[in-house]
Amino acid sequence: MARLLELEGIGKSYPGVRALDDVSLHLDAGEVLGLVGENGAGKSTLMKVLGGVVRPDAGRIRLHGREFPALTVAEAGAQGIAFVHQELSVFDNLDVAANVLMGREPRWGGPLQLVDRKAARAIVAPLLQRLGADFGPDAPVADLSIAQRQLVEIARALSMNARIIILDEPTSSLTLAETDRLLAAVAALRAEGTGIIYITHRLGEIVACADRVTCLRDGRVVGHLARDQISHAAMTRLMIGRDLKSLYTPPAAPPRPGGLVVAGLVTSAFPDRAVDLTVRPGEILGLAGLVGAGRTSLARALFGVEPALAGTISLNGQPIRLRSPREAIEQGIYLVPEDRKRSGLVLDMSIACNVSLPDLANHARAGLVQGASEAQAAEAQRQALRIRAPEVGVQVATLSGGNQQKVVLGKWLAMRPRVILFDEPTRGVDVGAKGEIYALMRGLADGGVAVLMISSDMEEVIGVSDRVAVMHEGRIAGVLERAEVNEPNILHLATGQVPERTMAGSAGIAAAEAV
Amino acid sequence: MGRKEIGLLGLIVVIAAVTSVLNPQFLSSVNLMNMANLIGLFGIFAIGQGLVIITGGIDLSVGSIFALLGVIFLDLVVNHEVAWPIAVLVVLFGGLLLGWLHGLLVTRAGLQPFVVTLCGLLIYRGAARYYTGDSTISLGYADNVDALIWLAAGRSYGIPHSFIALVLVAIVVGVVLHRSVFGRYLFAVGRNEEATRYSGIRTGAVVTGAYVLGGLLAGLSTVLLVFYTSSVSPSSFGNFYELYAIAAAVLGGCSLRGGEGSVPGIVLGTVLLQILQNLVNILGIPSSLNFAVMGGVILVGALADRHLTRRRVAAPPARAAGAMAPAE
Repeated sequence: MARLLELEGIGKSYPGVRALDDVSLHLDAGEVLGLVGENGAGKSTLMKVLGGVVRPDAGRIRLHGREFPALTVAEAGAQGIAFVHQELSVFDNLDVAANVLMGREPRWGGPLQLVDRKAARAIVAPLLQRLGADFGPDAPVADLSIAQRQLVEIARALSMNARIIILDEPTSSLTLAETDRLLAAVAALRAEGTGIIYITHRLGEIVACADRVTCLRDGRVVGHLARDQISHAAMTRLMIGRDLKSLYTPPAAPPRPGGLVVAGLVTSAFPDRAVDLTVRPGEILGLAGLVGAGRTSLARALFGVEPALAGTISLNGQPIRLRSPREAIEQGIYLVPEDRKRSGLVLDMSIACNVSLPDLANHARAGLVQGASEAQAAEAQRQALRIRAPEVGVQVATLSGGNQQKVVLGKWLAMRPRVILFDEPTRGVDVGAKGEIYALMRGLADGGVAVLMISSDMEEVIGVSDRVAVMHEGRIAGVLERAEVNEPNILHLATGQVPERTMAGSAGIAAAEAV
Repeated sequence: MGRKEIGLLGLIVVIAAVTSVLNPQFLSSVNLMNMANLIGLFGIFAIGQGLVIITGGIDLSVGSIFALLGVIFLDLVVNHEVAWPIAVLVVLFGGLLLGWLHGLLVTRAGLQPFVVTLCGLLIYRGAARYYTGDSTISLGYADNVDALIWLAAGRSYGIPHSFIALVLVAIVVGVVLHRSVFGRYLFAVGRNEEATRYSGIRTGAVVTGAYVLGGLLAGLSTVLLVFYTSSVSPSSFGNFYELYAIAAAVLGGCSLRGGEGSVPGIVLGTVLLQILQNLVNILGIPSSLNFAVMGGVILVGALADRHLTRRRVAAPPARAAGAMAPAE
């Protein structure tokens, strides 16, 4: 196999921190290299070196046999390195062809420089076909799902004749089926001889697709794994330097009666489907399903963002109405949203301001904010949640993903939660912080809170939930008790099939009626 | 005071020093008190503008509100001989009502603030001109308003009352904006409306509140401005004043993206604008260049601020990485 890329002894220091230290790795044509490591391990810096954004202090980069001390952005592109970022950078006001060919549009009309739309379509259509995309070059990107947008980005990389494609957390917003499709696209690219660097926190995908694994920790390469050595345990051990215990911690006590009971709930996403669901105090109910199955619509209805069209919701036996987040919060129903930067935090404000925001009236006298009381409450959360920041006056924007998520949690824990809805609680959160967040969720449940966790991460759903409700096309396809929770059962329900051996659907309904 | 306010203060001191060297008349008490009066007049509604800008909005209708409320006020006092306290209340309430209307159109109907208040600018100006048949109403010799004339345009210890009014308004609004729950919500809404709503805050009411306060301050300004000019010509009264207010707020550190700004900054912005106006007069620069000088200074200020911000942002990442990396 042809050697595409070789990094030798790459080092990069910032004042006070050694971001990369003697990092060497290589990539051949037609192979997938899994790159793993916790947040802050140096993966991003390394990729910035490859993209020409960061200049290394030491080491050599060899591309297709040519040697570079450092790359510029233009050289990286010219040498066929393309990135597909975790934060999508598509233009959703344009169509697919325009996105794929951005900056390299075929033109006609001489000095008028008009875009040759026909030629653009002719270039883009075969690329989409290669990726197995189910949309055409004329489709407006605004109408595409996140998974489809990801394919647009990959098509863009292909259109630049990329020999090396770097996928940075490509599946953090995808569901299982979409992930499978992406992995199929990756396999197709590999078969064509493209070299792929695949960065992800979801180790299952590495197991599924990688030929080799390189693991970074604290800016150093701590190990390589060959194809037959790749396993969850091996990767985790390398990443954190120790074995990670099994995720699941059983509840301290059986769930109590009461909690949040939803009957016949209809959301605007599926006006002809009704949802019945029960979350009891003391349990973590996982809510699995494909993206678009209606899970987020359900959470938004329960938090009053998009009030339900019909149905009843009751909390501890009392019927309640949830017409706005304000009403939900008054009932003690809190949401830890999917997109914490957009809906969970005011990034430019301090930890203290964010933590006190929903409860500010209780930190005020005569309408004026009492800074001391506010700081005290925030400090208590900082310590309880072990938010890694020197003090609560620090801007939230400067924290890592896991610590930001803890701030979102701190907002709610400083109040009196009865039900907490987690929507993708550990997206973009590294392995160590994930464990802490799971422990916090368990602590909440043991403290008598009803916890509903929406997650597209199968390991998380299986590892954390006491029961799992699976949604399919706007309704609950079934509820699995702990003993029945496994990947095949969840997959069957999520894709509209009946799980093997058990009538899980009726179990869920029985639970709803028992309350 | 923050970094921006101190920078602005420094700029004001430098410009004032240079001007007074070139023409010592600049520091004469007549000139200073004249400036104080104008600063008071413009500062009050600039603060209102600032509140709206902090929510991420803008109010283009201020100048036309002055014309409409101004003709109504004079009509009540001069032609209908309404007692002035009632006329003042009508004007204040009118400002409040228009602000509330703008707030509802922005938050309930979901229109963009620029569009809502642009329509206001056109509608109120037209209404004012129609109301008076396009003719000027002057205070004339209305004899039942002496007390109000003293209140609005008089002086105590040589200090113009408009300036005293600005100081009072700045203190009250400053406390509201920087210390109160409502003020905190204003900044939060301006920065991230969705996260604020998800924290259980009635963001619509908060934004509307900013427009209402802005409208109220515009009403107060109307009364002061009417006694400054003693007459209202509906086609020109208050023309461009919304732009002065926006300029003062932006100079004072408000970001048009919302979520940023301070009352001391807005007041200093107003001071700087008025000094620039005064400087054009006192240094014998052709007054036709008035706007050009103002625009030039704002542009230079914005560029300098951008430059400083970028340098500040460029420096820390290494330090932040050092602080955060071991924590990970």
